[in-house]
Amino acid sequence: MVEAVRTALAEEMRRDDRIIVMGEDVGLKGGVFGATQGLHQEFGDLRVIDSPLAEASIVGVAIGAALAGLRPVAEIQFQDFIPPAMDQILSEAAKIRYRSNNDWSCPLVIRAPCGGGVHVHGALYHSQSLEALFAHVPGLKVVLPSTPGDAKGLLTAALRDPDPVCFFEHKALYRAFKGEVPAGEHVVPIGRARVARPGRDLVCFTYGATVHESLRAAERLGLEGIEVEVVDLRTVRPLDRECIVETARRIGKVLVAHEANLAGGVGAEVAAIVAEECFESLDGPVMRLGGPEIPAIPFAESLAEVYYLGADRIEAGLRRLAAY
Amino acid sequence: MAVTESAPPAALDLGPDTLLEMYRAMVLGRLLDERIIILNRQGRAPFAISGQGHEATQVGVGYALRRDYDWAVPYYRDLSLVLVMGMSPLDQLLAALGKAGDPNSGGRQMPAHYSSRAHNIVTGGSPVATQILHAVGVGLAFRYRGEDRVVVTACGEGGTSEGDWHEGLNWAAVHRLPVIFLVENNGFAISVPQARQMAVAHVTDRAAGYGLPGVCVDGGDVLAVHQVAVEAVARARRGEGPTLIEAHCVRLQSHSSDDDQRRYRAPDDLRDLRSHDPLDRFRVDLEAAGILSPERAAAVRADCLAEIDRAQQIADEAPAPDPATALHHVHQEG
Repeated sequence: MVEAVRTALAEEMRRDDRIIVMGEDVGLKGGVFGATQGLHQEFGDLRVIDSPLAEASIVGVAIGAALAGLRPVAEIQFQDFIPPAMDQILSEAAKIRYRSNNDWSCPLVIRAPCGGGVHVHGALYHSQSLEALFAHVPGLKVVLPSTPGDAKGLLTAALRDPDPVCFFEHKALYRAFKGEVPAGEHVVPIGRARVARPGRDLVCFTYGATVHESLRAAERLGLEGIEVEVVDLRTVRPLDRECIVETARRIGKVLVAHEANLAGGVGAEVAAIVAEECFESLDGPVMRLGGPEIPAIPFAESLAEVYYLGADRIEAGLRRLAAY
Repeated sequence: MAVTESAPPAALDLGPDTLLEMYRAMVLGRLLDERIIILNRQGRAPFAISGQGHEATQVGVGYALRRDYDWAVPYYRDLSLVLVMGMSPLDQLLAALGKAGDPNSGGRQMPAHYSSRAHNIVTGGSPVATQILHAVGVGLAFRYRGEDRVVVTACGEGGTSEGDWHEGLNWAAVHRLPVIFLVENNGFAISVPQARQMAVAHVTDRAAGYGLPGVCVDGGDVLAVHQVAVEAVARARRGEGPTLIEAHCVRLQSHSSDDDQRRYRAPDDLRDLRSHDPLDRFRVDLEAAGILSPERAAAVRADCLAEIDRAQQIADEAPAPDPATALHHVHQEG
């Protein structure tokens, strides 16, 4: 998937010379995960900028460049290190169009790897899933692709978006998941979910790396004739309300699964939509699965396993729901 | 990278017309500021925050910029600066009264959150010093496009304690960007004196730490500020990078309409403030140079008051924002 990110950046930078990239190690090194590899060589110092090691400035300077007519991409090396830039994201980028009554705008993409897992070994500060913090904020769009094709298409859409977009790439997907990436121009609109697997008995709303774990769980139940629909939300703000409501009404049994911990998470919002809009169609309680309420994923594998929402836990959840 | 202490000789060679214009700009800023405070005391403007005492600094810097070409990323005391850059008393009275036609924000933000795309004045929020980084990004865009524009950004000495301020100076110096960092040092961050804000005597003592020139200037001397700003603008335009300017100002009013500085400033200090009023200082200098007479000064004042009165009448009659519009412009529409 990391290649898809790189391709989208390169293709859009060729198409639009207002796009610049800035962040720690994005230049010669090409990013710690290689997402910007080759860009410095092709586009030079002025467009691919190795920033000082200071996150607030990466986002704040990008905002200024956006205000002055550029379309910056601010890369934060790990989502875990975004907090110093939160003031710039929440108080500034998200509010610029609104607070100026549409006089100014802030077309900015904030990219960051997120997420962990047993094999990521990122521990507490290189593996968090903080998307809910951003999903709470009007003025932001929050995107989490789960496939290489979507990474390219959604990032292309983000780079063309007139407003700030947070683009979070699950690092377990960078190399683990291969998939088709359409060549040439490929745009996937922000705010639309995708049916990753059709089904009729249960639906699992999910996003990011958890899509793949959900698909695995769904396959297992499929062998027993329980057909689980897996919906990849792709964007957690704005949520694809129409798809959520239509699917929940049609199927009647709803599970929401994500790697982030549950309280106040995206799953809570999806569950609330379903409860409010689909009450009469439900054949069971809306269920959620997510990380336990501990600060983040611990380092030791034995501890990390406790956190991780893999196919086994999702399968168990689906079985509980199926029993209703 | 030496820190220059103080004021170059007063540059009265700007010519009488420009000097009088600058004087009028200072008077207009002062009288408009006073009017907004009056509207607040009358219960008509819910909030007021004053730039009184900072006029010489702002007009001195404003006159060093090329209007509608250079950019500003101001803070809440920069009323006189945004007037020099092309905004009007009406624009600010519409904001003070929260009217739909307020060009700063359409009645969405508190007053003194100056913004005008038409005049290259960047919208700002309320968190202190976040705007410093935006100015660096604006300078980066100028550099990228090969333009010789300059951007000035301002904050108080309290703002220099924020991390964003330090990150901004560092980035601009590393990339030699055309940014002027103006610190309007009035000695107080609301109630906290400079000695509790920093262990150095001057904000400009920090300039060497970032590798950019720092110039300390008497912010009550409009011509001294102007000269320093002209030099900083010229450096930036030549591609020689950013400058830190620290202008020492007096804060004649309390921090805001919700503050009372008598609670934390010594009575002697407060009595002494008026003797440092930059308007009086410039008037006396201009009179001594034979450029301004007491009659002419009175006429300037009357002219500014008339402009403000006319603007206030329009602002009074202007409609409030339609509640239906409160939901607009979160994202681009249509």
